[in-house]
Amino acid sequence: MKMTGAEAIVEVLIEQGVKDIFGYPGGATLHIHDALCKRQGEIKHYLPADERGAVHAADGYARATGKVGVCLATSGPGATNLVTGIATAFLDSIPLVAITANVGTSLIGKDSFQEVYISGIASPIAKHTYAVRDITRLAHTLRTAFQIANSGRKGPVLVDIPKDITAGILDFEPAGPVCADAPNVPDDALIEKIAGMIQKSKRPVLCFGGGVVSSGASEEIKMFIEKTGIPACHTIMATGVVAFGDELDLGMTGMHGSVAANSAVAEADLLIAAGTRLSDRVAQGRKTFAPEAPIIQFDIDPSEIGKSLESGGSLIGDLRSTLQALMPLVDKQPRAEWMEQICRWKEKDYFPECGNGSIRPHEIMEIIGELAGGESIITTDVGQHQIWAAQYCKTTRPRGFMTSGGLGTMGFGYGAAVGAQVAFPNAPVIHITGDGSLHMNMCEAATAVSYNLPVITVIMDNEVLGMVRQLQWAYHDECYMATEPYRKTNYEMVGKGFGAETYRADTADAFRDAFSKALKNEGPSWIVCHIDKKEKVLPMMPAGKGVEDIILTQEEGGL
Amino acid sequence: MEKTVISLMVENNAGVLARVAMLFGRRGFNIDSLTVSATDNPDISRITITTTGDEQIINQIVLQTGKLVEVRAIRVEDPLESIQRELLLLKLRTSENDLNDIAAICSIYEAKIVDLSERSLIIELTGKSGKIDAFLAVLKKYELIEQCRTGVTTIERGETAFAYEQRESHRS
Repeated sequence: MKMTGAEAIVEVLIEQGVKDIFGYPGGATLHIHDALCKRQGEIKHYLPADERGAVHAADGYARATGKVGVCLATSGPGATNLVTGIATAFLDSIPLVAITANVGTSLIGKDSFQEVYISGIASPIAKHTYAVRDITRLAHTLRTAFQIANSGRKGPVLVDIPKDITAGILDFEPAGPVCADAPNVPDDALIEKIAGMIQKSKRPVLCFGGGVVSSGASEEIKMFIEKTGIPACHTIMATGVVAFGDELDLGMTGMHGSVAANSAVAEADLLIAAGTRLSDRVAQGRKTFAPEAPIIQFDIDPSEIGKSLESGGSLIGDLRSTLQALMPLVDKQPRAEWMEQICRWKEKDYFPECGNGSIRPHEIMEIIGELAGGESIITTDVGQHQIWAAQYCKTTRPRGFMTSGGLGTMGFGYGAAVGAQVAFPNAPVIHITGDGSLHMNMCEAATAVSYNLPVITVIMDNEVLGMVRQLQWAYHDECYMATEPYRKTNYEMVGKGFGAETYRADTADAFRDAFSKALKNEGPSWIVCHIDKKEKVLPMMPAGKGVEDIILTQEEGGL
Repeated sequence: MEKTVISLMVENNAGVLARVAMLFGRRGFNIDSLTVSATDNPDISRITITTTGDEQIINQIVLQTGKLVEVRAIRVEDPLESIQRELLLLKLRTSENDLNDIAAICSIYEAKIVDLSERSLIIELTGKSGKIDAFLAVLKKYELIEQCRTGVTTIERGETAFAYEQRESHRS
């Protein structure tokens, strides 16, 4: 079937099951957008405010659905605007196909207008990148991009296509959706060995991460916890997988983890790391992270074994299948003493009090959790609000909490919320942000208005860059350089200016009221809450320190 | 720390060497020497990297590099089970008086004098890296104009070839 390169691109997208694409046009994408125009009934194109919004939206779409997210940008600055979003997806192992159009082949390498070598730029922050040079390879390359993005440890793939290739004619052979490569299956002897270690342990702790979400192993991890009675903590990437408050739930671990989680990890005699790469925000080194325990790792990516910390055993493969294979070989062992100790740690945890006349961060999160319902999706930006959301939102949907965990990308949340809302038009989508992050992505309100997406943006306005300020409080003698801008932004007016409904809510009652109204809106809403700038994310385990050094007070004027 | 030689079979695509080099760069792995060449299969190139690192680092190099989409095979070479060679080209300033002595040293090392002009000569030597180091040390007393080493290239002893995954190329 003869068609243009651009038509073949759209054909492959449709054949791969893509229903929505987030793109921004430019000179180099003209043919692709023209081809998209002719297939609007089959594939819907969303225009963000800038390409960063597009890539975060594709990422949010992928996180919400588990499918490959797709974004499209033009050459040069369009392509470089994708860089942060591609890196964000890479660090969190999110399947994404980013298509960039480039200048024509004859102009490549000549510093032409809007020309960059994006395939090279994105290479170290993507699972793979392609620079298409041969039109006969175009369809195959695009299909392989989907396969790579969605196989094994998922990740973003960039495909750069020169304009003349989008205009050229090729002979298109239709195909079906690509299949992900079959993951490795650990052998029985190894599974038995690991099961033996688990059975024999006296003080085991399970620490699970985003791998649970990407392999669809939420039910299996819950069954594993229930069947073995092993207390479990999670990383921020697995927020929402298990119900908060369960006896065996220790909450989040790491730098802002609970006292119970970090104490249990410190005293464990076996640490089971399932679908987590044990990054420096989770484990700061062997001296403080499970110093007495062998760490057994369940991971789909063999290069994670022993990457950051010495490994004491591993099962390589899809987490869901791994847990299914392990389940018959493990059961509940008597560990009464260990569980009593864990209860004592839980009592020592940080429990914030309610505000007196003002609203405190945990109250906002608890009200959101209570009112938004089980089908809601929460996205965050990066900073204090992000951790508060993870600690207190009490979401219980495995794909219901999305945050830039690995790269820590401020400005991620609005685009991600747009993507999630496109994927689930009827689910409440709540974008929790701070005043710092909002200044990086508020332009995406325009997108939410354009497409009438009822994303609720909750702005926790403490007038400072709170997380960095907190680091200055802890490590730099409270020298608040560059973190107290005292901007005069009037969020209610700005939100209205974009066409959103806006609310101010400085008390718990006002927030409850505003949030209830926002849930009923057909378009986007902004709720602005004033937060005391002295509010800290607690507990806080200082870098390189152990459980005994966990900070539980937010008094300023010297720790 | 001892040097480790790692061999890779990679797809012969544009930018593949940059990808491998960038991975070493971004993860802080050393490249002490690197050679790239064609193989009998026009779609496949062979890369040999000499690197330094403890067992954990070498393990990470193999696993991380092996993850690159265009890498079809990777292995750590056993120095006892492989032939490892490097080529040296060396340009020395000479006087007539030195010539016999240099020729004698070359003969011991089985090096060849491949160019001779009035006041300089070029020597060619192939051998293990250690042999080349030793040869250079012996010639230290002569004035060096320029030296060039290719880095290690290696092949396994015995009848087997370095097997790599057979699949369609990621050429685009």
